[in-house]
Amino acid sequence: MPAIKSLEELKRVREEALQKKQMKAAAGNIQVIVAMGTCGIAAGARDTMKSVLSFIETNNLSGVTVTQTGCIGMCEQEPILQVVVGEQAKVVYGKVNAEVAEQIMKQHVQNGMPVKDYVLPI
Amino acid sequence: MREISLHLLDIAENSAAAQSRNIRIEVYENLQTDLLSVSVTDDGRGMTKEIAQQVLDPFYTTRTTRKVGLGIPLLKLAAEMAEGGLSLVTEAGKGTKVEAGFRHSHIDRMPLGDLAVTFLALLVSHPHIHWVFIYQVTGKDGRSDDFNFDDVELKAVLGDASMTEPEILKFVRGMFEEGIEALALQTVN
Repeated sequence: MPAIKSLEELKRVREEALQKKQMKAAAGNIQVIVAMGTCGIAAGARDTMKSVLSFIETNNLSGVTVTQTGCIGMCEQEPILQVVVGEQAKVVYGKVNAEVAEQIMKQHVQNGMPVKDYVLPI
Repeated sequence: MREISLHLLDIAENSAAAQSRNIRIEVYENLQTDLLSVSVTDDGRGMTKEIAQQVLDPFYTTRTTRKVGLGIPLLKLAAEMAEGGLSLVTEAGKGTKVEAGFRHSHIDRMPLGDLAVTFLALLVSHPHIHWVFIYQVTGKDGRSDDFNFDDVELKAVLGDASMTEPEILKFVRGMFEEGIEALALQTVN
């Protein structure tokens, strides 16, 4: 069974997404980076990633790039999530489970205020 | 790790880190032969014989940030606990294939877990890699059904549109969940 059933539907979805993104582009690009080394995955990084993606989907949040990185040498702090807003310095968070990820998405990514309790001193 | 799909995510992340352009994940659940087999095949930098030997050792890693690597030994152990095993085929400069087999009905076999999220996470966080995901279920009567995803078509339509735009994300997630859940249901009967 081919996975993509409706290419027409996908084309329509793409047009909608691009139109909306143009309207929001002024805010600058936001990058959310989930650490996906063996340590991160074992600590629950996939749930963290899932929570980030479902926040974007349910809140219709445009202009966020979600990507991954490997182990950054602080395995005891995993799952680790990093947020980069435009040209600002990167903020690194530790022990980011699904709930914390949702909080970071809401408070930091959406409203520009870092969630201080989980920021790692780097 | 508690799910085979988490191991697949981990092994596929190794492939991505090895500069692969093409990565293929295959999952075959066969109730007739009582076998669950999973594999990750890449065209990344591969390994020499010496390194391939060391990779099976839990205290070997290529990473420089810490000294212990555990991904492949953990999957090997999980497979052996379910009367299965792991094979590693690799060639420097050509690529690597990691394959693990499990006895499907074994009491200690880890659940397959959430394949749809594993696929989605890999696809969106590595947009420059060409992904192929195959999940096939063969029933006790020998009849097979499969979910076949090759990202070529999807990426051709999307062009420069990001996969993490909410509408597109919803489409892709829906496609994975729908296709995979329909098949996974057949394994419970």
